[in-house]
Amino acid sequence: MNPIESYRAPRSLDEAAEILRTGNVTVLAGGTDVMPQANAGRLRLQPVLMNVRRVAELGGIAEEAGVVRIGALTTMTELLASALVRERIGLLWQACDHFASDQIRNAATLGGNVCNASPAGDTLVPLLALEARALLASKPDGRLEMRRVPLEQFFTGPGRTARKASELLAAIEIPLPPEGFAGEFYKHGARPALDIATISIAAGARREAGVLRGVRVAFGAVAPTPMRARRTEAALEGRAPDAATLEAAAAAAEAEIHPISDVRASDWYRRELVRNMLKRAMSHVGKL
Amino acid sequence: MSANCEIEFTLNGVRRRLTVPAQMSTLEMLRERLGLRGTKYACGEGECGACTILVDGATQNSCLMFAADCDGRDLVTVEGVAASGLGERLRDAFVANGAVQCGFCTPGLMVQASHLIEQHPGADEATIRRGIEGNLCRCTGYRKIIDAIHEAAKAKAHE
Repeated sequence: MNPIESYRAPRSLDEAAEILRTGNVTVLAGGTDVMPQANAGRLRLQPVLMNVRRVAELGGIAEEAGVVRIGALTTMTELLASALVRERIGLLWQACDHFASDQIRNAATLGGNVCNASPAGDTLVPLLALEARALLASKPDGRLEMRRVPLEQFFTGPGRTARKASELLAAIEIPLPPEGFAGEFYKHGARPALDIATISIAAGARREAGVLRGVRVAFGAVAPTPMRARRTEAALEGRAPDAATLEAAAAAAEAEIHPISDVRASDWYRRELVRNMLKRAMSHVGKL
Repeated sequence: MSANCEIEFTLNGVRRRLTVPAQMSTLEMLRERLGLRGTKYACGEGECGACTILVDGATQNSCLMFAADCDGRDLVTVEGVAASGLGERLRDAFVANGAVQCGFCTPGLMVQASHLIEQHPGADEATIRRGIEGNLCRCTGYRKIIDAIHEAAKAKAHE
């Protein structure tokens, strides 16, 4: 780990944004990505390490006017304990349930998982399917300003996001899915815990008069970023989830993913997983 | 030149004040600065759970936590757990069930098991398996560890 010249622990969002405005800063929250990546030399720490864990404005889960606001510091354990998350945005809850281990869920934050921007990040796939937005705070000319970026535009490459160095992720906003929306998250790994996803899928829809409406599908670990699968959605929209439709959706999915071969799986195996597990997830959604 | 941080926290019920380098991990602080060698260093990246401690009542991998982040928090290590009633019960159950072989994972498992039982008194086997997912043991095959934790959980539920 390279040396840290200054350690800061701001207590307000305003103070944190001010520190970001004035220097080259690494943001620290739960530490579960920053620490091992810095130790392994995969992350070069900036001269200033800013621990945002004491910034009260970055916590809390609340719903207002049909939008759930989840503070960036919310841990996986806190998400799992939230009845609002479990009952209204269950896709995210399911992903938290598959996340790492108890020790890591107690420390890791939603904001950290989003800003780490791994193509395989567990919460990113349901967040894309839930049409979540990133709320970014900065102080460009001395006043605290907020900007919203849809997560579909937020991830720009492996570990890269649309967040500027002067911005802090304050919260994730999720519009409540429509009444009747049911979703399923699927993650494939060699073991249930502490595994980086080989592939992951978040799929959801409403069922109206026997057909799927408002279909949303997102994939993880099959492209340089987690991705919303628009062509797969189109193959399912307005159709009954029968065998022919599911087969067409699987073909559409295979055409729009770009998996690589790495230590976890070959690109061929990832394609097979996406084809088969998408069919399974959508047939479950069709029955919910 | 690396920055230093003044921190103040509670460790096993005792108030501590310390100056630590900004890049030091909590694990290194516990072992090398405070001489508490019960907490083990193994993988150093949050995969094995040998360094598990309690932070504000929830378990974390101390290898993934910056020592500077201990400021204002309440830490309990395996030394603190061992001194509690539940810790004694767990230790007895681990011994009685032969749940210790090389012993390297044992402190982390004791801390994780104590947290698990506090959260779920009378936990069943599925809950125990799920609760110790973040702790690796390369000797026992887990059966005896699960039995030991189950025994301690049952005893706790009947308290």
